[in-house]
Amino acid sequence: MFMNDIITTMFNKKFMEELFKPQELYSKKALRTVYDRLAHASIMRLNQASMDKLYDLMTMAFKYQVLLCPRPKDILLVTFNHLDAIKDFIRDSPNILNQVDETFRQLIDMYSCLSAGEFQLIRQTLLIFFQDMHIRVSIFLKDKVQNSNGRFVLPISGPVPWGTEVPGLIRMFNCNGDEVKRVEFTNGGNYISPQREGSFDLYGDRVLKLGTNMYSVSRPVETHMSGASKTLASHTKENAAPNPLAKEELNFLARLMGGLEIKKPNGSEPGFRLNLFTTDEEEEHAALTRPEELSYKVINIQATQDQQQNEELARIMGEFELGSAVQWKSATLSKSAPLLRTAWSSYSKVSTAMSPQSISATRAQRWAASPMWTPS
Amino acid sequence: AERPAEEQQLGAVQQPERAAPARQAAHLLRRRARQHRQPGQRLGRRAQRLPPPAAGQGGRPGGQRLHRHPAQAVFARGIAAASGRFICVGTSSGLVLVFDIPSKGTNITLSEVLQEHHDSITDIASEVGENPDGAADLVTADDSGALCVWRSKEEFSLLTKISAFGWTCSSVKLWNGVIAAGYGNGQIRLYEATSGALRATVSAHARWIYALDLAPLTGKLLSGAEDSYVQIWKLSRSPDTGDIEIEHCHSECVTDTQLCGARFCDPEGNSFAATGYDLSEIVRYGQV
Repeated sequence: MFMNDIITTMFNKKFMEELFKPQELYSKKALRTVYDRLAHASIMRLNQASMDKLYDLMTMAFKYQVLLCPRPKDILLVTFNHLDAIKDFIRDSPNILNQVDETFRQLIDMYSCLSAGEFQLIRQTLLIFFQDMHIRVSIFLKDKVQNSNGRFVLPISGPVPWGTEVPGLIRMFNCNGDEVKRVEFTNGGNYISPQREGSFDLYGDRVLKLGTNMYSVSRPVETHMSGASKTLASHTKENAAPNPLAKEELNFLARLMGGLEIKKPNGSEPGFRLNLFTTDEEEEHAALTRPEELSYKVINIQATQDQQQNEELARIMGEFELGSAVQWKSATLSKSAPLLRTAWSSYSKVSTAMSPQSISATRAQRWAASPMWTPS
Repeated sequence: AERPAEEQQLGAVQQPERAAPARQAAHLLRRRARQHRQPGQRLGRRAQRLPPPAAGQGGRPGGQRLHRHPAQAVFARGIAAASGRFICVGTSSGLVLVFDIPSKGTNITLSEVLQEHHDSITDIASEVGENPDGAADLVTADDSGALCVWRSKEEFSLLTKISAFGWTCSSVKLWNGVIAAGYGNGQIRLYEATSGALRATVSAHARWIYALDLAPLTGKLLSGAEDSYVQIWKLSRSPDTGDIEIEHCHSECVTDTQLCGARFCDPEGNSFAATGYDLSEIVRYGQV
């Protein structure tokens, strides 16, 4: 997996030592060189145009994250979000995981105690680096976080940063310190109180969404609209509650599967198919355009044909731990989701709340994280 | 061996003939930076530099942490004229340098160094309104949110210190004995200059306040912040009680702009201008 190579190179001990030394910000040229070297640390090869595009994308995404930080200290939370996502990619490789954790600890040691003013100075330095960059990024334009002139949208609503009060109150005191007057005013925005502060520990809920994987959201593709589908608002992993009806249907199927006697197929049984897409055409199209490098095994099980069906099904069943009720383990689920999908092609059509019409290299990740399969 | 290097560093940006006060100042900056940091002092504690993890070292994977000072950014921030003859400049170490500007000639000398702040200076303001004798005429603010109030005659004397409440004071103004201070959490606070007593708090902005300005003829106050808003206020003093009052006058949103500078364009405060990050324009607003 080229991800492992890149991450191993990035978190190389010597490189990290150099990075942690107090120093001036890299020049644009120097940063681009480092970026090129990192990208080519794996077997992945990009031509100049693609490399430029990737660098622009990275630059604008990071600019967005730094710019929109509610508090200066939140740039550290953004970094922790980055590291959390990186750790997720390499969670099966303890050596690299160790390297990343070590860097994590060094970051906590070095930066947790800085004052707000010092963080603001760091943030300002970064923003100067990004000044006058207005490259339009399609994913930002689509999400309406970037205007067509390339400038980012600054929200004037939502939660205020941790430590800030919702604007609108004036309190006046006399010379003894007693409050004598209280006046409210409208400041123009539509702000609310924040819920809680993000965690600055090695593990924890960061609360802040800036710096999380922006491709983990499924977005409807604008171009083709299949017949009966409605316009879907994109929903994130965190927000979507599992569709209770779909969950019930899957649980029912699992119970069926658990008690199902596998008979020899005689060809007359119609059987039923599980299709997670809105239409059959979409399913075929998605299957055709699935990138080659996604390395999960696909097992084709036809209800009416295979002699080996018993063995296949029995083996797949063995992947799941089914107790008296249906027990779902999320780790097993995310790994075996593709297996699950094809294994159950002999069962009924279940319409889902998800419309994975968008095509991208991280499709496998998105399927595995389908909101329906979040364990209750 | 260390001093020549420092002078060289500052000397690079100075004209040779004016290097004298700068060299003195640079020397003071370095000495100050080494002196005042105590281990365990939480406020304004700088980042610790970790030594590279040695192969043979036991204990924590990162090795032992050394308490020595990493390289620090050195800069000047905050400037104001005082008493018609001094220019005060704030520095990253917390020192305020007072330069004596002669009425004739170019012989600027460093007359005094004010050493009350422990964190980087953010802003300095001098009295823009009435200034009865003996009253405060200079306010200095720092990264921790502490404020110092000074009287300048022949020498500067500290009148009072206003302690921080946990947020950087990014901007400060002084008018008729009233201190207006803007903070990184979006709050504006008004203090009595002579006593340092808190007289008002305003939840003014949803983000870091960058700019404050005062129109001396009317007592109008302007605040600009990263939330893209300019807010206009009116300061006054009640004739009966002597209480300081503040009322909100106007809101202006500079769409999608994190404001970093805002000023009134006239001493009555009928017009103002603002600019922000990534903006190559100054936007001017006037009353109609």
